[in-house]
Amino acid sequence: MDVEILSRVQFAFTVAFHYLYPPLSIGLGVALVIMEGMWLKTGNPLYHNMARFWTRIFALTFAIGVATGIVMEFEFGTNWATYSRFVGDIFGSALAAEGIFAFFLESGFLAVLLFGWNKVGPKLHFFATCMVCLGAHFSAVWIVVANSWMQTPAGYHLESLSGGETVILPAAHVITEGDLGTVRAVVDNFWVMVLNPSSIDRLTHVVLGAWMAGAFLVVSISAYYLLRNRHVDFARASLKVGVAFAGVATMMQMVSADTTAKGVVKNQPIKLAAMEGVFETVPFTPMTLFGWVNTKEENVIGPKIPGLLSVLAFGDPETPVQGLNELPSDEFLLTRHPDTPTANLAELRKTYHPPIQPVFQFYHVMITVGVALFGIVIVAGLKWLRGTLFRTDTVLRKAFLWVLVFSVLGPQIANQAGWFAAEMGRQPWIVYNLLKTSDALSKVVAAGHVLTSLILFLLVYLLLFAAFVFLMTRKIQHGPDSAEESEEMPESWKRRIRLKSAKA
Amino acid sequence: MNMDLNFIWFVLVGVLFTGYAMLDGFDLGVGTLHLFARTDEHRRLFLNSIGPVWDGNEVWLVTGGGALFAAFPEVYATVFSGFYIPFMLLLVALIFRAVAIEFRSKEPWGWWRMMWDVAFSIGSVLAAFLIGVAMGNVVAGVPIRPDREFGGTFLAMLNPYALLLGVTTVALFAMHGGIYLAMKTDGELQQIVRGWIPKLIGIFITCYMCFNMMTLIYCPHILDTVRARPWIMPVVALGVLIVMNIPREIHKGREFNAFASSCAGMGLMMAAFGLTYFPNMLYSLPNPENSLTIYNAASTQKTLGIMLIIAVLGVPLVLAYTACIYYIFRGKTRLTAQSY
Repeated sequence: MDVEILSRVQFAFTVAFHYLYPPLSIGLGVALVIMEGMWLKTGNPLYHNMARFWTRIFALTFAIGVATGIVMEFEFGTNWATYSRFVGDIFGSALAAEGIFAFFLESGFLAVLLFGWNKVGPKLHFFATCMVCLGAHFSAVWIVVANSWMQTPAGYHLESLSGGETVILPAAHVITEGDLGTVRAVVDNFWVMVLNPSSIDRLTHVVLGAWMAGAFLVVSISAYYLLRNRHVDFARASLKVGVAFAGVATMMQMVSADTTAKGVVKNQPIKLAAMEGVFETVPFTPMTLFGWVNTKEENVIGPKIPGLLSVLAFGDPETPVQGLNELPSDEFLLTRHPDTPTANLAELRKTYHPPIQPVFQFYHVMITVGVALFGIVIVAGLKWLRGTLFRTDTVLRKAFLWVLVFSVLGPQIANQAGWFAAEMGRQPWIVYNLLKTSDALSKVVAAGHVLTSLILFLLVYLLLFAAFVFLMTRKIQHGPDSAEESEEMPESWKRRIRLKSAKA
Repeated sequence: MNMDLNFIWFVLVGVLFTGYAMLDGFDLGVGTLHLFARTDEHRRLFLNSIGPVWDGNEVWLVTGGGALFAAFPEVYATVFSGFYIPFMLLLVALIFRAVAIEFRSKEPWGWWRMMWDVAFSIGSVLAAFLIGVAMGNVVAGVPIRPDREFGGTFLAMLNPYALLLGVTTVALFAMHGGIYLAMKTDGELQQIVRGWIPKLIGIFITCYMCFNMMTLIYCPHILDTVRARPWIMPVVALGVLIVMNIPREIHKGREFNAFASSCAGMGLMMAAFGLTYFPNMLYSLPNPENSLTIYNAASTQKTLGIMLIIAVLGVPLVLAYTACIYYIFRGKTRLTAQSY
């Protein structure tokens, strides 16, 4: 196997593993703010126990998130050195901002959140919880901005450093092999770079996906306690918070999904065509609900709704969605490969397509799971209104709670599938239309090195995951403390909380 | 030496890595000493002395790496791809360590705790050692090709000089961690830790002296620079004096002062190194003309300027709440329900 494949696999594996945890931290962060806020407002010890219990779960996800996150930062340099040289001027500033504004905030106040129950007052503790939550969101901001710049570069120009002199290159400059390591992208306008065409859409989409991950975790564990008839009061209260939070996040996500997809139509039509499996450019472009891409015959087998894709993309069934057979354009191909005979263009075009089958499937998995989660929160909401959500007296009601228990996997699957669709859909580019992934590798790293580190990561992460699942199960089995105990709240807190509840 | 943006970022990156050494240094040191604690309670006290702060400390590494990437992408790319194997091992060590802290006390079983104790300790020692080895190579110089790529091999990185700095770093962090523990413990455990400190100081000072001697022999370019910049000598001398102050403070039972001296000693060593190494970021040997400097390996003035604004806004905040957090968790470590 060559360095390119191994480095791609290693990065995909380590980032996918890492991404199991940050969404939980972001989503649970919001849930913690809600729970502790409700406790401070009502003085009800049930909420205190909720905040305590979910903080313990949060701590676990956070620790693994940090440990696996350092790997990501190192890998840009270790495996993708040419990429790092190319984007350092742009990507680096986002990464530095992430460190200074997000990570310090998050990890600093986390100490107070986890260990400060007996050291600071309730208000300061709540403030720390809010700061941890804010820090988690900031960390999403900067990394998504950097990634969005790779999807839709803006606010930059290219310059060449060869021979010790800096030459500003024209906007239309095409990077050739000789440019690698000497040509780099540099910032023209920081805010145009940060607010590049896909930043806001993708950031919203990612954060909502994270909220869903956190919310459905709360839903899942609470439903489990109800089914097991344990910690029932706690489980009801938690389930209410979880379902409400999941409902809001999922509804918003539906809107965000639509906006994000429209952005892809505009900014990365090739990616959209691959995600939807569109080959021919025809009016009334159909949308395939699920199916299998036949890359040889260039069609998709599966149920289609005529015109739906055109409607979703442009709000008009007649406007055709561009297909892979004319993307990228002949003009684009001829600037990169002048003197190509017209007959060869079709073959050449395919080298600029992402792997269509996986992009199509990942995208459809994300959509399907997203819609399923939407259905689940609607049903849960209705059952809540009718008062049957918390009951376990019939098989059907139990069955629905079991659905909720397993719903925790939904956002995780959708988040992973969504990222795979987004990142594979960008191929063959690492920076869209500028730098190819295959040109972005470290020049001095040999396949053997990457294979070694890949095996090392596989083993370590397997162990890590086993330990995580084990400890998570233990924490869930242990459960929250009972309301009467209201564990170890210092006297001063109790007094203040009691005053508060007496007033209310 | 004019005060341009490149220079400011040279200093800032240095400050971040020095901050990392001072902060994560003591918790790596606690890890190094961990297995020497005999009872379960003592080990838990060790872990909990760093419990609230260790991941904040690790953020200094993340931010230092991020700042290096942002300000000097060529250095980041060359070093990280060139030092591939040691850095991967460093990552694995740091992961093991983090996981061990988190998981160790979650189960009462002896084998479970022993397994994570060993993982925590080996992870800490290995991390400190690898940081030292990487640093040793940076100081001594590494082969850099004209295309700015690393031209050396992994085996060549394991040269005696770098290995010695690796051992010295382990000793330094162990001493630093020992002093920290003496500050954070009391009673019987504090007596035990106090008993270790003279030995730890002795080991470190021996390593430190050997390392300085080796530098004279092994790094003629460092020697030449010091001759050309004689004003570096007072900084070095001050560093040595501060290090010598540590046993004095310990002798008088003033652990906090000893810890402050240890921090200041690290700061001065890094300062002396920075002053000598400037304007290089990665010295090339045998072809010094290929060296990466703060000018030929930097981002644009625009990016350095933007990041300076970010740093000016962010760093005071970071320092303020880091100080607050250390203040909140001041005093002796106690085991509570939330402890590791």
